[in-house]
Amino acid sequence: MTGIKLSNAQIAWRAAQDIADGAYVNLGIGFPEMVAQYQPPGRQAVFHTENGILDFGPSPEKGEEDWDLINAGKRAVTLNPGASFFHHADSFAMVRGGHLDVAILGAYQIAQNGDLANWRVGEKGVPAVGGAMDLVHGAKRVAVITDHVTKKGAPKLVEHCSFPLTGLGCVTRVYTSLAVIDIIDGRFVLLEKLPDLSLADLQSITDATLHTPNPVADLIVPNL
Amino acid sequence: MDKTIHSVAKAVERIPDEAVVMIGGFGGAGAPIELIHALINHGPKDLTVINNNAGNGRIGIAAMIDAGMVRKMICSFPRSSDPRAFNEKYLAGEIVLELVPQGTLAERIRAGGAGIPAFYTPTAYGTELANGKIIAEFDGKSYVQERWLKADFALIKAEVGDTHGNLTYNKTARNFSPLMCAAAATTIVQVSQVVAVGGIDPEHVITPGLFVDQIVTIPNPQQEELLIRAEASYS
Repeated sequence: MTGIKLSNAQIAWRAAQDIADGAYVNLGIGFPEMVAQYQPPGRQAVFHTENGILDFGPSPEKGEEDWDLINAGKRAVTLNPGASFFHHADSFAMVRGGHLDVAILGAYQIAQNGDLANWRVGEKGVPAVGGAMDLVHGAKRVAVITDHVTKKGAPKLVEHCSFPLTGLGCVTRVYTSLAVIDIIDGRFVLLEKLPDLSLADLQSITDATLHTPNPVADLIVPNL
Repeated sequence: MDKTIHSVAKAVERIPDEAVVMIGGFGGAGAPIELIHALINHGPKDLTVINNNAGNGRIGIAAMIDAGMVRKMICSFPRSSDPRAFNEKYLAGEIVLELVPQGTLAERIRAGGAGIPAFYTPTAYGTELANGKIIAEFDGKSYVQERWLKADFALIKAEVGDTHGNLTYNKTARNFSPLMCAAAATTIVQVSQVVAVGGIDPEHVITPGLFVDQIVTIPNPQQEELLIRAEASYS
C-alpha cells in the first residue's frame, strides 16, 4: 500500500462524472450530498429529496434559511427554477416506481452480489432507517461512495455482509477511495484503480475477488 | 358549513388516553407546535404517536415524550440533532418503537386513508424489518406485505385553510400531512390564515376539505427548528 487515497471530495467528483445531463438523482444524507458540487460543466442533474422537492439547490447564506424549505438531512436548501413540491407518498412513488435515474448512498459494507448494509452496525443504541431501504429499490442505478476500508482498516467490499442489510442485490457500482468497481452477475468487476496502487495491494484489502475481464483504467481525479 | 374552532385547547380536548395520533411534520417543517403543546396541557396518557421522527430537543413531540404521554412511537428515523427525550425513554424500556422505512410509512398512511388494508412493496425485503411479514412473488421478484396505518386523530400544520377545510401548505411543511389528513378519523389542523370559502383557488387546494374536521387559526406559528436552535422552551 502506498497510503495514497482519494479524499471524500475526490470520490464525490468521480461519481459526479457518471451522472448525465437531465438525470433525476437522489443523494443520500451526508457524504453523498457532496456529489452535487461536482457536476461537469454543461450538465445539470435534477436532485430529488425524499421529504418532497424536485430540483433543489445549495444551502442559502447563514441567516437566510427558511426552515420550511429543507432536505431529507434537515438542512436548509434553496430552489432552482422548475422546482416542485409533493407529499411523501408521491415522493416515494418516484423512488420505488423506478422514476429516478441514479441513487447514490453511503455504505458500511457492500457484498459482491450487490447486497448493501448501510443503516446500522449492530444491536446497540436506537435504530433509525429513514429512506435508505426504499432508495435501494427503484432507481435505475444504485451507486455507493465510500472509503475502500473502514477507519480501522477492515474491508468494506466483502463476500457477504455481516452487518444488518439495507437491501439485497441492489448496488450496481461502487466508487471508493481507491477504485471504481461494478457489480456484474454477483461479482466485483474492477473498472479503475489509482495508478500507483497494484492490483495485488488492492485485492489484499478487498474481502472478495476483484475480477478484471477488461483492462483496468487509471482512476484520475483532480486535486480537490 | 364552518369547521373553524376558536382555541387550540378546544381543538384537542376530545383526545383520550390510548389514542393513536398522527402528527404531521418532517424535522421542524410542518410540526404543529401549538396543537402539540395544547395536547400536552390536556394530558392524555399511553398515546401511540406516528411521525417520521421521534422528537428533537425538549419541545413538540420530544416534550410529549418527556411528559410521559407516549407509550409507542411509529416512525422511520428516531434520531435528530438532540434526541435525548426519545433515547432516554427507549433505552430505559419505557417506550415502544415500531421502526418503519420512510416510504413504507408514507404508503401505509396513504393506504389507511384510501381504504387499502395491505399492499406489497420491495422495500425491506431480505432485511430484519421484514421479519415475520408475509412475502409474495410478483413477476419473479419478492415483495413484503405491509398493513395500512390509521389513526384516531391527526394533528396537522397547514398554511391557508378555508372554512370548509380546504388546505394549502408551505413548501416542505407538506410532507406527510395530506396523507395523515385522510388516514385519521378526526383531523385537526392549525393554519396561519383562515379565508372564506372560495378564497383558495380550487387548482391550488392540496388537501380537500373532506379530509379535515377542525381548523384553528394560529397566525404566527412557532417553527420547531428555530426553537431548538435557540434552545428555547415552548411558552
